[in-house]
Amino acid sequence: MEAMDHLFRRESGRMVAVLTRIFGVQNLSLVEDVVQDAFCRALEVWAFRGVPENPSAWLMTTAKNRALDLLRRERTARTHEPEISRLLHSEWTLAPALAEMFSDSAIQDDELRMMFTCCHPRLPQEAQVMLVLHILCGFSIDEVAAAFVTSHTAVEKRIPRAKKILAGSKTMFDTQAPAELSARLPAVQRALYLLFNEGYHGASAECVVRFELCQEAMRLIAMLLQHALGATPASYALASLMCLNRARLPARMDSSGKLNSLFDQDRSLWDKKLVEEGLNLLELSATGSEITEYHIEAAIAAEHAVAPNMEETDWGKIVSLYDSLMNICPSPIIALNRAIAIGQREGAERGREALREIARSDRLAKYPFYHAAFGESELQTGHRERASKHFSKALQLSRNPIERQFFERRLRACR
Amino acid sequence: MSEFAFLYRGRNTNASPEQMQRTMEKWTAWFKDLGAKGHLKDIGHPLEPGGSVVKGERKTVNDGPFAEAKDVVGGFTLISARDLPQAVELSKGCPILEAGGSVEVRPIQKLNM
Repeated sequence: MEAMDHLFRRESGRMVAVLTRIFGVQNLSLVEDVVQDAFCRALEVWAFRGVPENPSAWLMTTAKNRALDLLRRERTARTHEPEISRLLHSEWTLAPALAEMFSDSAIQDDELRMMFTCCHPRLPQEAQVMLVLHILCGFSIDEVAAAFVTSHTAVEKRIPRAKKILAGSKTMFDTQAPAELSARLPAVQRALYLLFNEGYHGASAECVVRFELCQEAMRLIAMLLQHALGATPASYALASLMCLNRARLPARMDSSGKLNSLFDQDRSLWDKKLVEEGLNLLELSATGSEITEYHIEAAIAAEHAVAPNMEETDWGKIVSLYDSLMNICPSPIIALNRAIAIGQREGAERGREALREIARSDRLAKYPFYHAAFGESELQTGHRERASKHFSKALQLSRNPIERQFFERRLRACR
Repeated sequence: MSEFAFLYRGRNTNASPEQMQRTMEKWTAWFKDLGAKGHLKDIGHPLEPGGSVVKGERKTVNDGPFAEAKDVVGGFTLISARDLPQAVELSKGCPILEAGGSVEVRPIQKLNM
């Protein structure tokens, strides 16, 4: 029996992808009904008869049979791909055509097609990420809301609105068209990057949720790397960044939900295999002339990953990497990380100056780790009182119990 | 020991894939537990949600579904238990209760009283 870990979630994305190819994006809700029905059946039959030898094949066959029923009854395949419509219209070719469409390799193509379809240019970035999570990763509205620490009602409004825009586009994205694929690839990479970050840095208090989001982003980027046109240097760099950060996650956050900063992580908990994989991917990303922010972020992560401890970290190199990052995509958050690195390289005083020099720092005013950075810096130079003021501010702004506990610990360190 | 039928009612069609998988796993565990304790006379069968109802002397045939989703019988099991209170107690472990469904516990009538 194959691993049951999140089987339903995973199969949900696969079933939705292939059924959408058959019925068309405008029938997404019909597709979702078919998928839901397959899960209801699985629940009922498996409960009584046990889980079948190959559960994912069982689900796929159930979905395929239901699709066959619907196509026979309606006599109109609703897809907008003429070649498929022709095959699905004739009783002679219907069953073999469906069998072909439900093959593993075809489904993987469909998942990729769905990934690009979800990143529709008319959708705001956050909506794209939510759609990817909802459609391809099988997260319910509630689960998406929990992952993004947003209210159920907000997500409940956003996702249907986003689906409506997809439905209006009539066709799924054509992943075989090189020009279109290259044009939309950055949006897809961005969505996967944000999905990963939501897990890695996000505000969800559920340790499990965070791991899952990272895992899903890594599954999808791996899929992208298998596509000839999707496997660009930027995609490799992004995959590398995910591996290197994911490798540190067990030390960053333990199962009780305790958050550890890079400074006091137990490095023996870092996943060595993932570090190695990340370094390999980083090497694969070093082709072509384009250097993306993913390349630089991965290079920074690699510096941390190979350093035995804080003291022996090459902070000079990290600062210069942050400088390059500021050139490509300046943001207050990057400036904040750069300032922290400067503090490590040149001492707390210089670090504090760099913190004060951050442009548009008003945008960080509500970000707890901005205030915590001042706190750490003051603490290093022995200004306990000033440090504790900064940590109190961070504590006030903390977004969940995990962050709260973290800043409480830092506050105690000031006494 | 007496025998009882458990009739499971209700089909939660709004659950997320993850919740459905968990529910399925809970069912498997529950049946396994009942079996291990010797209460599982016959695990029974899940029932298709659709079907037909044949009614009255004129034998009119109507298509299912016959009732609202929450009232549809989704399956049944035969249970061995000491008495009705024990059977009821056993039914309280059924995962369908967490999903808004219900279990009907019905003693099976016997020839020899």
